[in-house]
Amino acid sequence: MNEATPPKEERSAALSGLGTSRKRVEDARFTQGKGNYVDDIKMAGMLFGDFVRSPYAHARVKSINTEKALALPGVHAVLTAADLEPLGLHWMPTLAGDKQMVLADGKVLFQAQEVAFVVADDRYAAADGVAAVEVEYEELPVLVDPFKAEADDAPVLREDIADQKEGAHGPRRHPNHIFTWESGDRAATEAVLAEADVVAEEMIYYHRTHPCPLEPCGCVASMDKVNGKLTVWGTFQAPHAVRTVASLISGIAEHNIRIVSPDIGGGFGNKVGVYPGYVCSIVASIVTGVPVKWIEDRSDNLMATAFARDYWMKGRISATKDGKITGLHCHTTADHGAFDACADPTKFPAGFMNICTGSYDIPTAYLAVDGIYTNKAPGGVAYRCSFRVTEAAYFIERMIEILAIKLGMDAAELRVKNFIKKEQFPYQSALGWEYDSGDYHTGWDKALKAVGYEALRKEQAERVEAFKRGETRTLLGIGLSHFTEIVGAGPVKNCDILGLGMFDSCEIRIHPTGSAIARLGTISQGQGHATTFAQILASEIGIPAEDITLEEGDTDTAPYGLGTYGSRSTPVAGAAAAMAGRKIRAKAQMIAAYLLEVHDNDIEWDVDRFVVKGSPERFKTMKEIAFASYNQAIPGVEPGLEAVSYYDPPNMTYPFGSYICVMEIDVDTGTTEIRQVYALDDCGTRINPMIIEGQVHGGLTEALAISMGQEIAYDEQGNVTTGTLMDFFVPTAVETPNYQTDYTVTPSPHHPIGAKGVGESPNVGGVPAFSNAVHDAFRAFGLTQSHMPHDHWRIWKTAESLGLHD
Amino acid sequence: MVPGAFNYHRPDTVDGVIGLLGEWGDDARVIAGGHSLIPVMKQRLSDISHLIDLGGVGSLKGIGVDGGTVTIGAMTTQHELISSDALAAAAPIIREASLQIADPQVRYVGTIGGNVANGDPANDMPGLMQTLDATYHLAGPNGARTVAARDFYEAAYFTAREDDEILTAVSFAATGGGYAYEKQKRKIGDYATAAAGVLLSMDGGSCTAASVALTNLSDTPVYCEAAVDILVGSSVDDATISAAVKAAVDVSDPVADTRGPVDFKKYVAGVIVKKAIQSAKARA
Repeated sequence: MNEATPPKEERSAALSGLGTSRKRVEDARFTQGKGNYVDDIKMAGMLFGDFVRSPYAHARVKSINTEKALALPGVHAVLTAADLEPLGLHWMPTLAGDKQMVLADGKVLFQAQEVAFVVADDRYAAADGVAAVEVEYEELPVLVDPFKAEADDAPVLREDIADQKEGAHGPRRHPNHIFTWESGDRAATEAVLAEADVVAEEMIYYHRTHPCPLEPCGCVASMDKVNGKLTVWGTFQAPHAVRTVASLISGIAEHNIRIVSPDIGGGFGNKVGVYPGYVCSIVASIVTGVPVKWIEDRSDNLMATAFARDYWMKGRISATKDGKITGLHCHTTADHGAFDACADPTKFPAGFMNICTGSYDIPTAYLAVDGIYTNKAPGGVAYRCSFRVTEAAYFIERMIEILAIKLGMDAAELRVKNFIKKEQFPYQSALGWEYDSGDYHTGWDKALKAVGYEALRKEQAERVEAFKRGETRTLLGIGLSHFTEIVGAGPVKNCDILGLGMFDSCEIRIHPTGSAIARLGTISQGQGHATTFAQILASEIGIPAEDITLEEGDTDTAPYGLGTYGSRSTPVAGAAAAMAGRKIRAKAQMIAAYLLEVHDNDIEWDVDRFVVKGSPERFKTMKEIAFASYNQAIPGVEPGLEAVSYYDPPNMTYPFGSYICVMEIDVDTGTTEIRQVYALDDCGTRINPMIIEGQVHGGLTEALAISMGQEIAYDEQGNVTTGTLMDFFVPTAVETPNYQTDYTVTPSPHHPIGAKGVGESPNVGGVPAFSNAVHDAFRAFGLTQSHMPHDHWRIWKTAESLGLHD
Repeated sequence: MVPGAFNYHRPDTVDGVIGLLGEWGDDARVIAGGHSLIPVMKQRLSDISHLIDLGGVGSLKGIGVDGGTVTIGAMTTQHELISSDALAAAAPIIREASLQIADPQVRYVGTIGGNVANGDPANDMPGLMQTLDATYHLAGPNGARTVAARDFYEAAYFTAREDDEILTAVSFAATGGGYAYEKQKRKIGDYATAAAGVLLSMDGGSCTAASVALTNLSDTPVYCEAAVDILVGSSVDDATISAAVKAAVDVSDPVADTRGPVDFKKYVAGVIVKKAIQSAKARA
């Protein structure tokens, strides 16, 4: 090493690469109000669209009169299904192989369903137009209970497919039945359960909720009739998929469609699907010849766009007398609402619900999921989780607790006894997954020690005695949760959406002066991709992260990818970034060898440069190589320094973690106070610890919301009773507890940098931790199961049913 | 969700307001802080073509404490109620209750007049005014008049105020003794699941005066006369408190909503009233 070469550590630190808590580069604009969201887009002559929505959950549309609306000043057009029908756009395909009305075609199937689209000068004129459209409805019987869907007197919701015996996912046994999906060995599982020492059985309901991103959905569609090009700026978590689907539906050639996702104010799965507002805006722009904007308001978002969860999971779990689990049986009734619009890989109509054996070595298992139509909004998206993984984790973590009660065992001990052991990885689960890596016991022990588990149990027992003596009216709950995620969808061999393979991509160009631009097929909605992906590349190619610009979301410039959801960005696009970086380095090695006048094999990579082996004073930095790549004629090497990688992951990644919540519960008021939340995550290689911590805090807060109060509730008539933020619980700083984060590192063996994804783990692990704390508080008084959300009145009802009130 | 078109007026005197109300009749509404009215307008639940902003009427603002009587102008914000040391000395229950209304952003704009005049049983101030036995000052085309807060509320959103009148001020006697305003809510910004205001004076181990009222436990705020009768003259021991709590809960008439079913609300009302009485007694 000559004097000019700083030490390795110093050069490495200057890159702000992997493992650095680099500050988020996005925050400069977000914290100054300089973000550029869809609603910030203003174009000359732009019109505004708004929906007439159904006040009824199930009704026939007898007539729609648009005359008065069209007579209002500023109203340009009112679209109904009759106007869309000649274009074949009055219905649209859903991501789950079903179809959905764009505008009410003869009937409405859920409250707030889109009935007509008013296009006007501005949103005020549009709202005036909406109020003036006259719709005559004939109310029909409403179905809100999925268990009544197949009754003799059940109303038939989907008359359009009432006679179809075969759906997108196999046979349908009733007009309100969508599919039955099975996984595992039914007969073997029944046999194990029949012979088991102990069987615990319970219905676990994971209620309907909603991702409720801060920014609702919206778009601006602009059809340029001169060049025939359609541009749509919108809140899209998967812009490339939207382009392909839009082309297939509309017949507009794919090269004539440009989809742009600008800054997005949170997605959490809500912005994966295609909504009627997008279709109507596009049609309206084609009809009027000017750009058309559509932006939801909060209630539209909560009531009409994709919900999450709503799984009724009937579980049976068997074990030996000493607590070794032998079998698991789960039958799920999945309430999909009026259209099956789940955003799942095609071959998985219930997502990855078959990860429901969780973190445990369960030799025999069986899962069946029945999808059912009801008069509720469509959706079924992964709200800050991989596809249905939160449901699966909640199910198994409740079943473990219930089994522990049945066995009279400590629930922590029962987990330890049944965890998949470190040496069993890669582990083949009974329901067909190959867990890539894990070390559950190490993290679990660390977690129990960190919270002082034994002392907590002692305190809890003392509290129960004090309660029985009448000295206190509060109970103490210790909520345990060990989750295993399955993220990074996914291998194209079994993961596609509407036939689009779920690979992802990165394209990188090194500029002559040694800075770079990288583009990916993903799109950040707050995850901080511009920060973290630059860190991956910095470590791979030796250019400081701050010298790398990241771009995503414009289909005219970014390479094709399936977007950002299901914690797939780091496992898939992050891998593509690393692989593209390695291609850059491979070419750089040839150039450096030429410049240093040695053979390619005689130089080696050293942080930010290639060095001649054994002669550290002879090197070429990546910056020097970049300049030479453009400006020096190198025999046999093309000019320039660029690379593209399309990464098809060989397997999913399996992040895991140990979460513990300690909660005080007032049995008289149903109020709770969270004393401690400890969250240990293992997401493999850690790219940016600060961003991981932020992700865990955010995910835990959403988990808190879901478990303790957040729901989309319907009354008997199918009216949404939680359609505003007064009733739909989003925690403020006051309700949010302090979080204690921790980690272990078990790298993914198949990912180029060993990373697994983390954004959704805290939601997956958090919900059972909070819910188990509530249940655990009442364990001494005989509670086995109560349903979320654990808001004040439901907790009070639990206490009441256990005879804890006067 | 945007409102329909409306005309905006900002008079600077009470007479100006009354004149506009007379001119536009049912088409006009006055707006104070707007927390109740603006959502109604955005949802187009009410057709208002003339909006009369009271924000320009200087005489409607301010807190006066004079000879044991507190007078608060209708346009005084909840933030100003909290910040006033004179008010905290004269009637500390106002600060305690105001701090439990929504969040600071709401309290910078929300007014006492709007809160009491709208007739929304979920608002905290109407219940508090029952506790304080306040007097409401109204002005209309026929001049000024007063109505006791305990006579003001007829049903949800129906009050003794005539359509051509506005509420200009509330007044009440400064309080002595103990006080408490207890409220259970689901989250910051929410209305009460149950709330109760209590005033209690003790002399020589005996209760000399008391007041108990409930918020969001019926379609109007509820003054609990029977509970007061039980407390006054007693030593406010546990048995008396239980009897008073039962009397208060008996006159509550909550409805089921997303905060919970009726049996839960009644039970929590009992817990809240008990806490408020105990807390007021401890401070008496």
